[in-house]
Amino acid sequence: MGDVLAFAEQRGGELRGVSNEIVSAAATLAAELGGAAHAVVLGGPGITGAESVGAFGAVRVLVGEHDALDQYVPEVYAEALAAVVRGGDYAAVLFPATAQGKDLAPRVAALLDVPLACDATQVSAADGVVRVVRPVYAGKAFAHLRMEASPALVSLRPNVFLAENVGGTAAVESFAPEVGTPTTRILEFKATAGGSVDVAEASVIVSGGRGMKDPENWHLLEDLRDALGSDAALGASRAVVDAGWRPHAEQVGQTGKTVAPKLYFAVGISGAIQHLAGMRTAQTIVAINKDPDAPIFTVADFGVVGDALEILPRLSEEIRAVTAD
Amino acid sequence: MNITVCLKRVPDTETRVRISDSGTSIDLGGVKFVLSPYDEFALEAALRMTEASGEGEVVALTFGDTTSRETLRSALAMGADRAVLLNGEVTMDGLATARALVSELGEADVPLILFGVKAADDDQQQVGPMVATLMGRPCATGVSSFELTDGTVVCDREVEGGTERIELPLPAVLTVTKGEFEPRYASLKGIMAAKRKPLEEKEAQVSPARITVEKLEYPPPRAEGRIVGEGPDAVPELVRLLREEANAL
Ligand SMILES: Cc1cc2nc3c(=O)[nH]c(=O)nc-3n(C[C@H](O)[C@H](O)[C@H](O)COP(=O)(O)OP(=O)(O)OC[C@H]3O[C@@H](n4cnc5c(N)ncnc54)[C@H](O)[C@@H]3O)c2cc1C
Ligand SMILES: Nc1ncnc2c1ncn2[C@@H]1O[C@H](COP(=O)(O)O)[C@@H](O)[C@H]1O
Repeated sequence: MGDVLAFAEQRGGELRGVSNEIVSAAATLAAELGGAAHAVVLGGPGITGAESVGAFGAVRVLVGEHDALDQYVPEVYAEALAAVVRGGDYAAVLFPATAQGKDLAPRVAALLDVPLACDATQVSAADGVVRVVRPVYAGKAFAHLRMEASPALVSLRPNVFLAENVGGTAAVESFAPEVGTPTTRILEFKATAGGSVDVAEASVIVSGGRGMKDPENWHLLEDLRDALGSDAALGASRAVVDAGWRPHAEQVGQTGKTVAPKLYFAVGISGAIQHLAGMRTAQTIVAINKDPDAPIFTVADFGVVGDALEILPRLSEEIRAVTAD
Repeated sequence: MNITVCLKRVPDTETRVRISDSGTSIDLGGVKFVLSPYDEFALEAALRMTEASGEGEVVALTFGDTTSRETLRSALAMGADRAVLLNGEVTMDGLATARALVSELGEADVPLILFGVKAADDDQQQVGPMVATLMGRPCATGVSSFELTDGTVVCDREVEGGTERIELPLPAVLTVTKGEFEPRYASLKGIMAAKRKPLEEKEAQVSPARITVEKLEYPPPRAEGRIVGEGPDAVPELVRLLREEANAL
């Protein structure tokens, strides 16, 4: 009754790092509800390493492989997952608020006729009631919500919940997913150059604004991103997106992505309210701006005043030097 | 082709949110409201489609209280042909909102329904795909551009690490992100014309909300930041602080 199901997202047959965060949160929530945490993975044949969720507190992992799940086709995934939820007795189902999770969760909620709270930064339960905290007004406030449904569906913001290795083991159970006929057809996928980490999921973000002067200067930000490791992504202010310098997918702020990385660099960004709303809950904020009165410095933990074009090369170099050893 | 666009009235993004004394809602005094930015993209997309084909009407649909009339008038001023207001109280339960919209959309049976990818207030990114699922229609989210062909719609989407092109059979539901649909400003003529366009009001069919707000809180205040220094010479100290104090590297 008090069991919690975690949707573990895979890519290329391997569980994504964010799945561990979701499983950990499911384990904590299940303990509060007096039940156990289960995980479910869906994908094409060849899913590996699903048992690893045991380390993060799941006692069972359901692995559903099918050719029709090789690519993420939303309605097919949603039907398959809804069937798994119906087959159990779950008090809550947790999703990662990744691009895929955000697309999938509402469909599952509609199929199951239960409400969904998205992009939560806290989830807890007392007396069998699931409560959620989530940002509203793009982070200008946080809403404490009470979920009056079973199961309660919640998607969790990446990088917020700690993936805690508790050293357990999970029983792996393969099942034959219920797959319907897809109505949508994927015609083409074009990878964007550079990193494939979505800005909303990255643990480190290097954002550039109009102070970068020219799109030609973006190699300086790319270099910093590369120096910061494979979990880093580029972000952008709306001004540079509107100017066509950067794709909208990178925009951070009220009409872009709301992000909460461990580390956020705002380079040549003034710090307008719509930008701040989207990134002010980052754990550590670094601002580089030539104007000492720029509003971005009011939220930055560490600021450097000066010309970004001069500071960036030095910064990438120093970071490489200290992270090399 | 007839297109319905679902629109929401939200506080202007410039607004500094103030939590009301009750602690469960925001103080609306002095707040300026706008049509949610992504919904403007969706409306613009719908207008361009019908203008290009020279046929079909664009209907603007909102579930909200009577203050949403103003929002619908601005949609009419941009060029929507008519508007429907489902009068009722909106909550944070997106499924309840989706059901209220479906009770109207189910009747109208339009081949294409557009949403914003997310509303600027609740930012749940859920109402569009919920409506689609409840109606048993295919749905593409985060669409940056699309083309209508005979019986299908081909969409470009922003996805992790790239863009994807997908084809959906009509009738379909799309949620629109910022792409090529830079919204137009309402012309003076448009604003005048909007006054004569039909705005129909109905009572919304609302199911009880199963998500309730217990309280609203401001984000935790950030500790006073510090300026580490000026120019490239400040970099070693910045890196030291990031490593030793913030534990961020
Ligand atoms: C409805 C609405 C929604 C919006 N949504 C968003 C959103 O989602 N995200 C968002 O970001 N904005 C959003 N905005 C826009 C926002 O109001 C600002 O206009 C925008 O964030 C400014 O971008 P910027 O900081 O890059 O540019 P600017 O404000 O022009 O700032 C450039 C900064 O660079 C500094 N600079 C200049 N040269 C250098 C140099 N050589 N080295 C270092 N620093 C330098 C300047 O001192 C300045 O602070 C929105 C606005 C509206 C009206
Ligand atoms: N009350 C409403 N009335 C009409 N459309 C709505 C309403 N709420 C949300 N929508 C639509 O659903 C989209 C996503 O909203 P949300 O799921 O709240 O982020 C919005 O951009 C609108 O297109």
